Amino acid sequence: MAELWTVLDHDKGDLKKVSLQMLTAARKLAGDLGHEPAAVFLGTGFDAAKEKLAAYGAGKVYVAGSEDLESYLVQPAVEALAKLVEEKQPEVLLFPSVPAGKDLASALGARLGAGVVADVVDIETDGDRLVCTMAVFGGAMNTRSKIKGSPQIVCVKPNAFVAEEAPGEVTEEQVEVQVSDAAKAARVVERVQQEEGGRPAVEEAAIIVSGGRGLAGPENFRIVEELADVLGAAVGASRAAVDAGWYPHQHQVGQTGKTVSPQLYIAVGISGAIQHRAGMQTSKTIVAINKDADAPIFGLADFGLVGDLFKVVPALTEELKKRKGS
Amino acid sequence: MNIVVCVKRVPDTAAEKKLDPEDFTLDRDSVESIMNPVDEYGVEEGLKLKEAHGGEVTILTMGPQGADKNAVRKALALGADRGILVTDDRLHGSDAMATAYALALALAQVEFDLCILGSESTDARTSLVPQALGQLMGMTALTDVKQLEVADGKITVHREEESGYAVIESELPAIVSVVKGINEPRYATLKGIMGAKQKEVQVLSGDDLGIDPAMVGLEGSKTEVVEATERPPKEQGELVKDEGDGHVKLADFLQKNKFI
Repeated sequence: MAELWTVLDHDKGDLKKVSLQMLTAARKLAGDLGHEPAAVFLGTGFDAAKEKLAAYGAGKVYVAGSEDLESYLVQPAVEALAKLVEEKQPEVLLFPSVPAGKDLASALGARLGAGVVADVVDIETDGDRLVCTMAVFGGAMNTRSKIKGSPQIVCVKPNAFVAEEAPGEVTEEQVEVQVSDAAKAARVVERVQQEEGGRPAVEEAAIIVSGGRGLAGPENFRIVEELADVLGAAVGASRAAVDAGWYPHQHQVGQTGKTVSPQLYIAVGISGAIQHRAGMQTSKTIVAINKDADAPIFGLADFGLVGDLFKVVPALTEELKKRKGS
Repeated sequence: MNIVVCVKRVPDTAAEKKLDPEDFTLDRDSVESIMNPVDEYGVEEGLKLKEAHGGEVTILTMGPQGADKNAVRKALALGADRGILVTDDRLHGSDAMATAYALALALAQVEFDLCILGSESTDARTSLVPQALGQLMGMTALTDVKQLEVADGKITVHREEESGYAVIESELPAIVSVVKGINEPRYATLKGIMGAKQKEVQVLSGDDLGIDPAMVGLEGSKTEVVEATERPPKEQGELVKDEGDGHVKLADFLQKNKFI
């Protein structure tokens, strides 16, 4: 039976949520297409991931556990994947639609001459084809695309699917990794952590609390961070806040930042210029807090609060703490 | 050192975009075009490297006839030396991978030490082209670069990652994609704008590059848009004015919707 692969996203065996979401989608799609689902684990730390993979029904897992996949950028992983694809001939590969996942999908697609779609928020099937939905033009339109030929390579946006447990056995198949000298051209010298690992990444988070110009200064991002921490949320920032140097660019939501669609998006002191809306308007639930009742962000908000964020947000944080405690 | 900067013409963010009802490609006649905003950082980085190390900056773009007007001319006005426009009706509707294929053939005709792209375009936003281009050129593309240094025939970059960055070293020639904020793009001067008119923009067709028509365009692309629909506009929900209890009402809303 042909296989449908999920290429797992993890940090030394700590599986990202998108991996579990993809495993759930993979099981359903494999059922529809008559394929067998399997997963691919690239890099070190498989033992740490095993229990969770079993809980989410990963089934067969190909493990390419070489340190080379972490010491060099992209290419060793592409070589290993390309070889495995040639050997096993999977029909579909799902990758996480995050920068590292897209890099890998794109390189593999180019190497194999296969079609690749990215930023996919929904997948259906039509015969042996996947029909993938993407939001384009900043969420103003949806397009549905098919891929010709095989394998079909699809990058799945975090939070596009809801992860469901499906306990089962994991069978691992070790894959030998031989890295060519050419693949060692881009060497990772070091990885620098700038932030504590406590908060989820913006792309992955189910809840995002974002701050904008209304915060009036970098020190006031603390107000946003404290609300985010009560909700277990990621912290986002508007272009105005990033351009002013108040918060790092990897947190920017909008046209020249990240496009996100979390379950809940809370915009604090953000007016909602089109550049910002383009990055967040597909969020499921939107809350806006702004002192200007005419701010365009309120046009998108399921709940809009017109008020002074310096009073309202700390009070909200305390209120939520109280309710969580009870 | 010789640098190629790839730029893309995109519809202005604020403009209303329409898709051709026949083939679901962008109806470019209906919108104002600008240089992809992220590419401005690529152009600036190229110009900075030229100032530091000498050499030439070539601007490469692909698109319909006249696609060089906004994007390439702007970069030439900023100080780039020459432009290349790859244009051919058969390229119309090429997806990201087909675009990378055509760009790779164009790039193969230019001697370069470094090829710089923006990390994404503001229209399609797939970010797939840089790495596909790298693969086709036999190089690993260094993507999402927020700091870049060239010395002793090597390039060292800081690559943006989730909660920090990775320091990566690579041999030249190399391909990089840069993120917004890597530098402060300069503004064109009147002298630069006038001077740009004298600069050459070479126009290359598919045949000039040896492009296999079966690999590009709507037909040759391995992905196909089968449907495009406008998202219904979101309806505004509850709007509450804070009268001292706004935080309680918002907490009620969050609780009702099971976010706590």
